[in-house]
Amino acid sequence: MAWWNQQSLEKNSILLLIGILIVVAIGGLFELVPLFMMKSTIERVQGMRPYTPLELAGRNIYVREGCYVCHSQMIRTLRAEIERYGHYSLAAESMYDHPFQWGSKRTGPDLARLGNKYSDEWHRDHMIDPRAVVPASIMPGYPWIAANDLNYEYIGEDLRANQMVGVPYSDEMIALAKSDLQTQTNPDAEDIAAFEQRYPKAAIRDFDGDSGRITEMDALIAYMQMLGTLIDFKLYDEKANLR
Amino acid sequence: MNAEDAMSFAGTWWLLLLVAGFAIVLVYALWPKNKKKFDEAARIPLEDDDDGGQNIEIDELSGTETTGHEWDGLKELNNPLPKWWLWTFYVTVIWSLAYFVLYPAWPWFGGATKGLLGWSSRQEVTQELASLRAEQKTYWDNLSQIGLEEIRSDPELLQFAMASGGAAFGDNCAPCHGTGAIGAKGYPNLNDDDWLWGGSLDEIHQSILVGIRSVHDDTRDNEMPAFGRDEILDQTQILNVAGYTRSLSGLETPSADLSAGKELYAEQCVACHGEDGKGNTELGSPDLTNNLWLYGGDLPEVIETLTNSRKGVMPAWDGRLDPPVIKALAVYVHSLGGGV
Repeated sequence: MAWWNQQSLEKNSILLLIGILIVVAIGGLFELVPLFMMKSTIERVQGMRPYTPLELAGRNIYVREGCYVCHSQMIRTLRAEIERYGHYSLAAESMYDHPFQWGSKRTGPDLARLGNKYSDEWHRDHMIDPRAVVPASIMPGYPWIAANDLNYEYIGEDLRANQMVGVPYSDEMIALAKSDLQTQTNPDAEDIAAFEQRYPKAAIRDFDGDSGRITEMDALIAYMQMLGTLIDFKLYDEKANLR
Repeated sequence: MNAEDAMSFAGTWWLLLLVAGFAIVLVYALWPKNKKKFDEAARIPLEDDDDGGQNIEIDELSGTETTGHEWDGLKELNNPLPKWWLWTFYVTVIWSLAYFVLYPAWPWFGGATKGLLGWSSRQEVTQELASLRAEQKTYWDNLSQIGLEEIRSDPELLQFAMASGGAAFGDNCAPCHGTGAIGAKGYPNLNDDDWLWGGSLDEIHQSILVGIRSVHDDTRDNEMPAFGRDEILDQTQILNVAGYTRSLSGLETPSADLSAGKELYAEQCVACHGEDGKGNTELGSPDLTNNLWLYGGDLPEVIETLTNSRKGVMPAWDGRLDPPVIKALAVYVHSLGGGV
């Protein structure tokens, strides 16, 4: 019996397994490949840039603490969500996310446009003890984020990993990752102009109100204060991207 | 091959390759000559039996062919699929074909096919929002055009502003100021008569618009020195100023030398808080005489304020909320505890 005969395929579990793998892979590729056509999937927008090293470090903490389990970052094209959170999310807004943080469980509010909505101090109070500012909140507290010093020894490698999967970090950005991270928490730093050139619209300040240290709170608040603020929707061409 | 090459390949020939592969499989499966081969393959499960599927067994009771498979004396009947199930399946296939034609479906170069209905989720919600705005157009237009005072003198418009302002307050302001706007430590109570930057309609509107120490270009801002951190005053002096400040609100501080505190107050604090301690809404400096404390009036809190300063931040809502919504918010907040 030849190996390509159906009978041998059904009687040989390894052959069947390989066959299943091929068929499922083809089905999967049919679903995936159209999304690889990024040119037509992602809107042309102005203002999107890769995360600053500090924002990226904050994003890592966001992922580490599992924030995505209760918070989405995806304002859907539904009236209620747009009225509450702002303009619906664009594909371009998560194009530098690896992995994306869209989430699917909405126990807490959507965070796609959280940036600049509350003060840094509010975020500090809220992360340490959510009920101190929102009495009805069911969110757990994350007080250790304020206590932990941020470990950013490998932040350059982090940028490089993102560069490998297509995020347009330049080699210069990777080389300067550590000092850029420090610069963003220090409004008196010397290389601020160059930093702003590399990362336009980045907020530069002491996010955690603890000026002596760079804590995980600095990184997390820097990340949250950036969310949804990069695109200027006054310049966005709504009609060109209807889909 | 890096990520970009993979993407450009996926975006061009890969798709054609997959479609071609799919077409070849379909043609092979439907080719008349191959029918016999597939029929034979379909009988493979029956040939598992000891007799090689030669003797087809008929179940006595139902008169139906069995598959020959037996479990504890029970044999599986080789019934065809129920007709209702089959037809439901066919209908879903036809439904999906209609879907392919009417809605965006097939991935293709330069984006998916658009579909005959021209439907788009973004267009739908944009139109929905536009028609909602159109229904309320008179209100929104009036809110945009007329002054804040005039809104208050038009009962119908006032009702609309209060409703939409209240909704916007719940979505945007309540996390800091509380659902009842009673505030919390560091977040002002909006129901009382104490306004840092002024409680008139226009002043409230301006505060909402540009925020306080926000990222807005015209933000409200002031700078109280950190008397302790920056070593302008020593600890005893700070205690004395704190004591004097508390005494303006009628609070007693036995450990402080009030007359020394009064002298220091006249040197350091008068410029912003005034000789009488009534503050100045132009500068955003608080009234120290009314026993209302944003960060608490206990001695340790007042000392902390003097030592490190506070610098609370309120975000700017200009650009985030539409101008008429900000006006409605101002009217709503003013109704809570605003003044002249």
